Parts: sequence; C-alpha cells; structure tokens
Amino acid sequence: MNDTEVQEKKSILNFKIDLVNKRHQNGSLIPLLQAAQDSYGYIPEKVIYYISELVGIPAAEIYGVITFYSQFRLKPLGKNLIRICEGTACHVNGAKSILTALQDELGITVGETTDDGIFSLQSVACLGCCSLAPVVMINDATHGNLTMDKIKKILKKYKTEEKIRIAS
Amino acid sequence: MKKIKVGLGTCGISAGGELVFNKLKEEIKTRNLGIEVNETGCMGMCYEEALVEVVDDNDSFLYSNVTVDKVGRIVNEHLINNKPVIEWIIKSNEVSKEDAFLKNQKRIVLRNCGVIDPTSIDEYIEQDGYKAIEKVLKNFTQQEVIDLIIKSGLRGRGGAGFTTGMKWKFANQEKSEKKYIVCNADEGDPGAFMDRSVLEGDPHSVLEGMMIAAYVIGSDEAYIYCRAEYPLAIKRLRTALRQCELKGYLGKNILGSNFNFTIKIKEGAGAFVCGEETALMASVEGKRGVPRLRPPFPAHKGLWGKPTNINNVETFANVPWIINNGWEKYSSLGTEKSKGTKVFALAGKIKRSGLAEVPMGMTINEIVFDLGGGIKNNKKFKAVQMGGPSGGCIPASMGNLKIDYDEIVRTGAIMGSGGLIVLDETTCMVDLARYFLNFTQNESCGKCTFCRVGTKRMLEILERITIGKGKENDVDILQDLANKITKNSLCGLGQSAPNPVLTTIKYFREEYVSHIHDKKCPAHSCSALIDYTIDEVNCKGCGLCIKACSSNAITGSKKAVHYINQELCIKCGRCFDVCNLDAVIKN
Repeated sequence: MNDTEVQEKKSILNFKIDLVNKRHQNGSLIPLLQAAQDSYGYIPEKVIYYISELVGIPAAEIYGVITFYSQFRLKPLGKNLIRICEGTACHVNGAKSILTALQDELGITVGETTDDGIFSLQSVACLGCCSLAPVVMINDATHGNLTMDKIKKILKKYKTEEKIRIAS
Repeated sequence: MKKIKVGLGTCGISAGGELVFNKLKEEIKTRNLGIEVNETGCMGMCYEEALVEVVDDNDSFLYSNVTVDKVGRIVNEHLINNKPVIEWIIKSNEVSKEDAFLKNQKRIVLRNCGVIDPTSIDEYIEQDGYKAIEKVLKNFTQQEVIDLIIKSGLRGRGGAGFTTGMKWKFANQEKSEKKYIVCNADEGDPGAFMDRSVLEGDPHSVLEGMMIAAYVIGSDEAYIYCRAEYPLAIKRLRTALRQCELKGYLGKNILGSNFNFTIKIKEGAGAFVCGEETALMASVEGKRGVPRLRPPFPAHKGLWGKPTNINNVETFANVPWIINNGWEKYSSLGTEKSKGTKVFALAGKIKRSGLAEVPMGMTINEIVFDLGGGIKNNKKFKAVQMGGPSGGCIPASMGNLKIDYDEIVRTGAIMGSGGLIVLDETTCMVDLARYFLNFTQNESCGKCTFCRVGTKRMLEILERITIGKGKENDVDILQDLANKITKNSLCGLGQSAPNPVLTTIKYFREEYVSHIHDKKCPAHSCSALIDYTIDEVNCKGCGLCIKACSSNAITGSKKAVHYINQELCIKCGRCFDVCNLDAVIKN
C-alpha cells in the first residue's frame, strides 16, 4: 500500500469511529455527513446507505439533507479548490471580472472541475474579508485586492507547481 | 519589558499576519531576545492589516501594513535598539494617525477584541471576565436579571431588534424540565463580519453571555450554531469551551452554585436561510433547514419541542458588560428607543474598511466620512447598503439620518446584523438589486411558492433590464411581485427579499428608467450597455491597451492612434484601467 492509500484508510477509519460516537446523539445526521465528507472528500453513495442503516433515517431523507446544504457534494473535488467570493463588497469592487478571468483560464464555470482534475471552481456568498475585496480563496490561502492580471499570475504559479510535481 | 501582539483574525491572516507572526517569533528566538509574541483578535482596522503592536511599560506602538520584509527592521531598530520605526507607526503616545477612526467609537462588544489573546482564558479573566456570571449566581434572582436587561434597553443584534429582556422573560415563564439556549452564529449576510470577529477575538464574552441567559431561563444545555465557513471562529470556540470546562465555568455546580450548564457547537452546512430561528433549529436537529410557521414561538416550543431562547452573538457579548457596568450606563448610550452601541462592518468603496462600534444614533455621514475617511479614489458618495439581502439602499442625500432600529426601518432598509456597504457613483443600483435578488433566489429554501417562484421572476426581469432588454412596465411588475412576495412568505428571508429592489426603485427610480428607456447605464457599470472607444487626441499609441486586451480587439501601430474593434471587444474594461492618458473612453 502506498502513502495515499494508507492515509485514505486511516481517514475512513476515523469517520467510522465518529459514526459510532455520534450515532446516538440527537441531530447527529449533519455532523456525520460532515465527517464523511472530511474523510472521503465527498459523500459517496455507499456512505449514504451505510449511515441510513446505522441511524435509521431513510436514504431518501439523507439525500434531501445533502442536497439542501451547499457544503455537501456528491462528486469528488479537484486537487485545488478555488473559491471566488461573491460578497457585496467583492461585487462592487469587480469580482465579476475576476470570475471571467478564472473561467477563461480554467475553461470551466462555477461548480465544475477541470478535466485533468487539478482545479475545482466554486463561488461562496462571502468569505468575510471584505476589506481585501475582491477576494479568491485557493485551498486555505486567501488572495486579496485582486486584478485580472494578478489572478492569472496566481493560477500560473499553481499550474507550474502541479507540473513540477507530476514531472518528479 | 516588551510584549508583542499580532492581529490574527481572518482579515489579519489573509493579509499575511501569520507569516509576520512566525517571522517575528523566529527572529526573536534566533537573537535570544526573550520577548513574548502573542496573537490577538481583529483590532477593527482591517484596512491597515497586518497589524503588529509592540507594548512596553509606558507606551504601545501600533505598526500597520507589516509584511515579512519589514520584520527585520522592526526587530533591529525597535526591539534591540529601542528606536521605534516612526514612519510605519500609526498609533502611540506621540503618533495618532488613526485617531479619527478610533476616537468616535465606543467599544463594548469589541472591548477585548485586539486587546487580549483569545486563546487565553486568563487574559479574559484579567479583564473582569466571568465576574458577571459570578455576580449573577451569587446576588441576583432570575427576575432581577430580566428586569435589569429590560431596563438596559438591549435589543436583539441579529437584525429584527426584539427586546432581549422580554425574550428571556417569555422563556423563563415556560414550565418545562428541559430548556435550551441557542447562540445564532450563522452570520450569512454577504458583507457582514462582526460576529466572526467577536468569536475569533473574544469568544469568552459570548460564552459568558450565554451562561447568564441560561441561568435566567433555567436551562442547562446550549448550542452554538456557527457557519462552517468560519473555521477559525469554530477553533477558538472549541478552545474556549475546553478552558471553561477545566476552570469549572461549565459543567456541574458552577462556581459552587447549583447551576449546571453545557455548551455544544453545531457547524452549519451552508444555507443562508438557517439564520432564521425556526430553520436554524431544524438544522440543529439534523434536518433540512426549512422554516416553519410561528407561533408557536421558540420560547414556547423550540428545539426538539422544548422552550428555547435564541440570541445572536453580539447580543450575548453585550450582556456581561451590562451586568458589570450597570443598566444605567448602557441605556445612557444611544437614542430613545435603541440603546447602547452597534458594531458595523464597513466595506465597499470606503477608505477605511473594517469593524467599528459606535453608539446608536450616530449619523450615516459621521460613519462614512469621520470614521470611514470618505470614499476611495475621490469618487462621489452615492448610497449605503444596510442589512444585506434583507435590507436596502439609503441614498447619500439622507446622510444625516441617525442610525437606530426604527429610523432605518422607516427608510425601507433594515438595521440587519450590521453590514454597511458604501457605494460610490460607479455602482449601478439596478445591478446591485439584481445581485441581491440573485442571492436570495439561490438561498430560498423553496417552501413558499411566492418566495421560490416570485424571486426567480423578479430576477429574470432585473437581468433583462441590466442587458438593455427591459420593458416599459417592468418597474410596475417588479413592485407588484415584491408586494406579493412580502405578504405571502412564511419567514424573514422571503418577506424581506424584495427590499433591495423596493428601496432602489424608491430612491433611484431614474436609473431604472434610463436602463429601460434610454438603454443606458448611468453608472457605466452594466457591460451590455457601455462601450469603449479611444480618444484620438489623447492616444499617444503607447500600446499598453493592446497588451492588456485579452480578446485581441485593439489594433494600431506604435505611436499611432489605436482602435477598438467593437465586435471583438468583450467589455472587460482592462484597457480603460491601464491607460494613463485618459485616452480610453467609457460611454
């Protein structure tokens, strides 16, 4: 087994421990789904059935909860998650042109993942760093005071890093 | 003895505060200086991040816009040679560059934000922390606390402004074995970040407020419903809860009394409607966050059918201060019907964006110009947007309006949670209304037909207006739909969704008319209604715009006048931004 596989096994095990700990708590469904997503990166179909059996909530109802909340996804994400802020401050400071630049560069629209699986693009209502508007968050790093050129340069950096990683 | 504090709220971290923090620690360690470096919450001056404060026995020096590159000089000159780097300091005994921002504020909710280390319960206790709960448990009956909070005039800071003491009274009067306290930390309004900053900068003040409320209504269990988009706030809350359990502020027989209390955190999963209290409770119970009819109100039948008291983060943070300082002092601040202070998140086209806490009754102009320093890039002040997607736009002509709950409602906007977005002449009001409608339409839970379908229809109309395809009677249809949605929606989201449209029609009707009638956008913002051309006199043929154009729409040889091909132009405006000679004209 290689490192990633070990890691994956571990996180799935953690999820199962979480599951056992939380299943009798009131209102545990959302925390369980959050734990599943943390472990798998998304919520696989088999997990829905698994949770359903354990907590006694019909799979259809669980599916209803998953699709209600924007945090949950039923498909895996790309390697790098790009979240563009669509808050009011970002909107009036030109978030739209940043989005155009992102879409042009990546060839995908909001909610999609690039074919090579390197980038996923999502929009969020507000990242709460309004004083840095317009803002984009890539993985855990926030990039503020963006212009179209700046965001293109930032993307380039991520792309080169990815290329170096693949080459090595 | 020197001490260093680095502002590490979300705003500080995104401005590079963490890198500065690590660099400072590293430098101090390698040079063996033995100076303590601590983190602190948001100091409010987000526009000056990253902020580093060097405190010594007589003075404190606040450095602004600190980057990793600046750390070396601060360490060498200030920490080692005791010569502060004056040109980077914005506040000390001698320097007061940012006085205008600070002197008009009255910090109650933010009393500890940016002052204490939010990960240290001892620092909170040093600032009179957990004195209020001690006082309440030892000296006050439940009724006495209710009376005191009612007399203070504190109203719910989540937006609706219901009297907090009354809410507590209703929950107190219910007879039940089990009662719940819920803290609403689902700050979903785009452009609002007060609650996040309080949770990140001073989590204990919120917990103490919750304890007092729990004692008053007779509850032993609470939930904090916090947005999952606020990972740092959740982390700080978890730390604070653990510390409280260890110190005996949470658990059984708190401070030797027979009061038992536990607090749990529930992470939201991303749904704006969950800020509504009945939807929030459904979400805590693990269901889809769909609101239900009231009555029964939560005070009567709330979480799992038990009496529940829900307050907002900022409301709870006010409570310990009121107990410690007396209701008289609190109610001496503010206007006749809105007492105390309000935290505003200033953002948009304003010079100093950040967090400001001011007494109620301050005018819009005072906030925008005195505190906020006016409009960026010398543009003209056009309006403020208050209350997020449930609020509305108040025009600059009403700048002398005193901000309190009732005055704001009279304009058609709402106080909301306190997001205050400043707009200048380049903001198109129709586009802004479209923006908010797009938001509410996305976030509508779908339960009520008028909200689900009505907002969609309104959005379609606004979209066609902004691309120049508006019809003559569109404004009337919008108003008609708006009234129906307001009247026929169950919860606050639907009832207030049309507010941004209604207020912009009320104060900026002429902008709608020019979009529909003349196919013009007066703010030159709607891309379908503008085009870019090059002024033959000003253009010196430098080629900057050719380089900037991503769609190869600009042609022209060096030192000759350039030309924009309108068919290729995507109207991104980059040529306009890069031209130094005012040769690119927006029509």
